[in-house]
Amino acid sequence: METSALIRLLAGDAKVREPFARGLLGAAALSVALTAGLFALALGPRPDIAAAMETARFPFKFVVTGALAVTAFHALLLAGRPEARFHLAPLLAAPLLLAGAALAELAVTPMASWPALMIGENAALCLTLIPLFSAGPLACLIRVSRRGAPARPGRAGALAGLAAGGVAAFFYAANCVDDSPLFVLAWYPVAIGMVALAGYLIGRRALRW
Amino acid sequence: MIDGREREWADWMRRAIDGDADAYRRLLTAITPRLRAMARRRCDQFGAPPSEAEDVVQEVLLAIHLKRGTWDPARPLGPWLSAITRNKLIDSLRRRGRVVNAPVEDLIETLEAEETGAITDRLDVERVLGGLRDPQRDIVRSISLEGRGVRETAERLGMSDGAVRVALHRALKALAAIYGRESR
Repeated sequence: METSALIRLLAGDAKVREPFARGLLGAAALSVALTAGLFALALGPRPDIAAAMETARFPFKFVVTGALAVTAFHALLLAGRPEARFHLAPLLAAPLLLAGAALAELAVTPMASWPALMIGENAALCLTLIPLFSAGPLACLIRVSRRGAPARPGRAGALAGLAAGGVAAFFYAANCVDDSPLFVLAWYPVAIGMVALAGYLIGRRALRW
Repeated sequence: MIDGREREWADWMRRAIDGDADAYRRLLTAITPRLRAMARRRCDQFGAPPSEAEDVVQEVLLAIHLKRGTWDPARPLGPWLSAITRNKLIDSLRRRGRVVNAPVEDLIETLEAEETGAITDRLDVERVLGGLRDPQRDIVRSISLEGRGVRETAERLGMSDGAVRVALHRALKALAAIYGRESR
C-alpha cells in the first residue's frame, strides 16, 4: 500500500472517541463498583464494624490499602503514556506506612504476643480472597491499558496488578478480623504480590504494541 | 524554527483529535518525510532495501494513529511523538531482524528525506486487503485506493457515516496487526 493511501485512511478516522486517561479512570471506577458489589454479595463487613472503626488498627488497614490503590493507579496512568518517566517514590508510600505501623505495633505489644498477632486467624482466607477479588479489577484495568502505549508492558501490567490488589484488599479488610499491622505486613503483600505477578505476566504479552 | 514547527504540529493534532480530518492529513503528511529519512538511514546501515524502510514508516504512522489518545493536549507534542516513533521504529526493525544499537534521533529535529527515486512499499495492497473482512475491506479499498471520502464511501455502500467510521477504526487496528505478522 502506498503511504499516501494509508494517510487517507488514517485521516478518515481522525477523531478520538475517548482519551486514554478518561478510559482508564472509567475502568478504575468500574473496578471499585465491581469489587464493592461482589463484597456486598459474597462477604459483607464484619459484624462489629462500628466498634472496630473506633480503634486505630482497623481503620489503618483502609489507609494503607487505599494508599496503594491510588498510587498504583496513578503510576499506571503515567505508564500508558510513552514519554512519561517512571517514578518509584510515590509507590513507596504504602509500604512505608505499613512498615511504620508494624514498628509501632512492636513497640506497644509484648513480644510474647507477636507470633499470634502475625499469624492471626484468617491468613488462608486473606491469601485466597484478595487475589479472587482482584480478578475483575485486573481484567478491567488491563483491557483499557491496551489502548495505552507503555514503554515497558510488563511494568504497566504489574502496576495494574498492584492497583487491582489494592482495591481488593481495601474491601477484604472490612471483613477480616485480623487488624494487627503485623498480620497485614505478613500476608497482604503476599496476596497482592501474586496479583502483581499475574499482572506482569499478562501485561508483558497483552500490553505490547 | 523547531519550536514553531512543534506548535503547529500540536495545533494540528489537537484539531485532529476533535475530528478535523484535514488538519490530521497535514500533520501526517508533514511527519512522513522525516520519518522516512530516519527509517532509510537505519535500513541503509543494514543494506536493507528501501521498501523495508517504507514498511517501517507505515508501521510508525499506524502506531501514532492508534495511540494518539495517550497524548495529553495540555502537554507539548514533541516528546510524545518522539517516544512513540523511537519505540515503534526499534520494535519494527528488530522484528525484521535488524539490531538497533545507535540512539534514535528526535523526529521533530530530523530533516526531511530527499525524494529521490520511487517510494516503494513491499506490502502489496491486495495482500493487506486480503487480511480484512467485509465491510472493512470495501471501506479500506474505497478510501485508500479509490480516494473517496468517508461520506462518499458511506453513501456508496449504503451505510451511515458513523458505521463507516467504526468499521474503519477496526480495520486500522487489524491493519497494524497484519503489519506486525508480515514482518516476523
